[in-house]
Amino acid sequence: MTRYVIGRIGQALLVLWAAFTLSFILLQAMPGDAVLIKFLNPEFGLSADQVADIRAAYAVDSNIVVQYGNTLVNFLRGDFGYSLQAGVPVSAQLATNLPPTLRLAGLGFLAATLLAVFIAFLSSMAPFAWLRNAIQSLPSLFISVPVFWLAIMLIQIFSFRFRLVSVINPGPWESLVLPVATLAVPIAAPLAQILIRNIDEIRTRPFVAVARAKGASETRLLWRHVARNAILPTLTIAGVLFGELIAGAVVTETVFGLNGIGGLTEKAVGNQDLSVLQAVVVISAAAFVTINLAVDLAYPLLDPRLRNRSGAAA
Amino acid sequence: MSISANPVLDVRDLDISYSHGDERSTVVHGVSFTVEPGEVVALVGESGSGKTSTAQAVIGLLAGNGRIERGSIHLNGEEISRWSARRLRSIRGAVVSLVPQDPGSSLNPVLTIGAQVREILEIHGRLDRREADRKVIELLTNVGLSEPELRARQYPHELSGGMKQRVLIAIAIALRPALIIADEPTSALDVTVQRRILDLIDDLRREYGTSVLLVTHDLGVAADRSDKIIVLQGGRIQEQGKTADVLASPQSAYTRKLLSDAPSLAAAKPRPPLKPGRPTALTVSNLVQDFTLPTGRNFRAVDGISFSVARGTTHAVVGESGSGKTTTIRSIAGFQKPTSGEIRIGDLDVASLRAEALRQFRRKVQLVYQNPWASLDPRQTVQAIVEEPMLNFDSLPRTEREARVRAIIERVGLPATVLSRLPHALSGGQRQRVAIARALVLEPEVVVLDEAVSALDVTVQAQILELLAELQRDLGLTYVFVSHDLAVVRQIADTVSVLHNGRQVDYGTVDEVFSSTSTAYTRELIEAIPGRKFPHAETSRQFIKAGPLS
Repeated sequence: MTRYVIGRIGQALLVLWAAFTLSFILLQAMPGDAVLIKFLNPEFGLSADQVADIRAAYAVDSNIVVQYGNTLVNFLRGDFGYSLQAGVPVSAQLATNLPPTLRLAGLGFLAATLLAVFIAFLSSMAPFAWLRNAIQSLPSLFISVPVFWLAIMLIQIFSFRFRLVSVINPGPWESLVLPVATLAVPIAAPLAQILIRNIDEIRTRPFVAVARAKGASETRLLWRHVARNAILPTLTIAGVLFGELIAGAVVTETVFGLNGIGGLTEKAVGNQDLSVLQAVVVISAAAFVTINLAVDLAYPLLDPRLRNRSGAAA
Repeated sequence: MSISANPVLDVRDLDISYSHGDERSTVVHGVSFTVEPGEVVALVGESGSGKTSTAQAVIGLLAGNGRIERGSIHLNGEEISRWSARRLRSIRGAVVSLVPQDPGSSLNPVLTIGAQVREILEIHGRLDRREADRKVIELLTNVGLSEPELRARQYPHELSGGMKQRVLIAIAIALRPALIIADEPTSALDVTVQRRILDLIDDLRREYGTSVLLVTHDLGVAADRSDKIIVLQGGRIQEQGKTADVLASPQSAYTRKLLSDAPSLAAAKPRPPLKPGRPTALTVSNLVQDFTLPTGRNFRAVDGISFSVARGTTHAVVGESGSGKTTTIRSIAGFQKPTSGEIRIGDLDVASLRAEALRQFRRKVQLVYQNPWASLDPRQTVQAIVEEPMLNFDSLPRTEREARVRAIIERVGLPATVLSRLPHALSGGQRQRVAIARALVLEPEVVVLDEAVSALDVTVQAQILELLAELQRDLGLTYVFVSHDLAVVRQIADTVSVLHNGRQVDYGTVDEVFSSTSTAYTRELIEAIPGRKFPHAETSRQFIKAGPLS
């Protein structure tokens, strides 16, 4: 077991390092740099010599390997550097912008999971074939709806028409309702699809027939025998979909005007604010890796077959 | 349960149909039979005979698209065929219970054995948790499981197939039902395990006074274990009666055919003894095959096996799961290098071959696999399947290839019309013929038949065995025939190796091994062949020297 855990953590760290390095190379390969964008702006009225001094101060022209080494060491120490555009430490920007995004992503994921489970179970309990088909076509519908359009529609319907959710000066939780819904729908769709397919597949397994032969009711079959087995493969997909969630959050934040990592990223891209972008990439990668690590570690708890194999390997 | 002179189960004029899209097809037609208290009734038939549908209807477990069209099912005097799902649940497990076919997939992988046995008590019983736990241990002990407390805490994957079937039997007998439906309860198990499980069902039946409806394709099992036999074909009862009567003087032509095709019941038709002086086609000497386990330890799958096969003869490799028979043939086919020992095909040392030479060697050894459903590409036509091996080796003109494919398809007894079909349009027997044609198209020296008839119904099995014998006679083929079924081996093989835990415990001509083995394990295997009660079996077995099993 310990070997399994250590192996998985090692893999996670490797992925993080690779994400850091790749993003570093890509960002360095971009033409132009943030210093030029900011200080060549005529508003500052700086001479070419002064700009060259600033460039030297920020060490933007030093050897790329040295820069890589410095940045890596700083990141390991938790120092993400300065945002050139805002002139504040990146960590300070993250401190304001990360919590709203985490809240949005976390709630969005939770809502997506609940929605997916709800749809899947509803379809498996539906008494008529036409109803089952209707419910099973919901995920395809969900997945084909563009996020920005959905967001605008939700605002139109719930805020402007029914005035259920205020968009002007909403409370901290009220402001999250529509963004979370927007985020949850496209994530819930693939989850529900996989869950429905797994439930249908598990239902045909002989052990379900044996449980039925014991006199078990349909509810008991579904919860005790089908659900736990059906959820196992879904877990992996849920981890992968988390990446989707990060991308979805950027769009959602823009449409709803939320001040989160999405907005920060958008501005940083425009300004080629490399330290901010580097930090955002690494933080997203860290979140992704953590979720997938959690999934991998949760597997043996849910599936005794894995528990044993890893136990034997230890 | 009141004791009455009435039958436990009384099925009358039963029609069962399934819907496929908008169509309904009837698969069981007017089936009537009774099961008396304490009686074992065998429902015998091949796939598609309706035996499983009939059994499922009795326990109310027909698939979602299945329906009872007509007729009645009286269980303990009550007509249940029109009962609601809720009402049926109250008798499932309590009055009628099920021992399923495949123990490997019949237990929930994420629940402990204890929880799954306790479940049936929870559903029907009013036992409190502690009483239920005690009852679980008692049941696991009753079905002959060692260390029942440990077993209750274990998960299904930690138990062997035989142990899992014991657990499922424990579940089936937990509430002392009036009737147990045993649906092919041993067809997924090794012969020796099969025998022990059937003995267990017999013992428990006697102890509990339960009736058993035994669904089986194996007439040998039915002959040994049942009081009454019902022979089904195409959803209709062909014949029913006391087991001894049906076996001694079968009335229907179909029953007679089944009896003559069943390898375990057929009077042994000894193959003519081998003439000496045949050249050797295959020699395996001192084959050892080690594998490294994930834990880093070494596992010896095959430990010093030696045999030689003369050209034009059949050597059978017999053993139960885990005996090393699959490993042995994989080495012969050149899929893995032996750890030590030598395999020679003709004058080639298989282990010495590299890259292109190894690829060219493959045409000399061809394989036919057990499952004709899995071994044929579902998207290729029969023509393409049989042609493919030639594309890998020879650059023959297209017309020449097509002529060869047509010739070999005809040779294996298929009409030329199958050439344009896809595998799913063929029956199991036809598919296995295609697989054989594919193996033969390269004119190999050795054909390895890996359980090649095990998945087939007896009558189809008999036809394929016949075909194999005929091809061997006409083409001088050499077979390595891997099987767990000694009855089949007796029919087709000249020489035999018996493997047990990777060791070769017996080797010799079929006659020698069957009649005068000194090995306890081989004798146990022979004794485990079902069909001992069958009259012919006596004559076929008389050359087995009886002796107590050690």
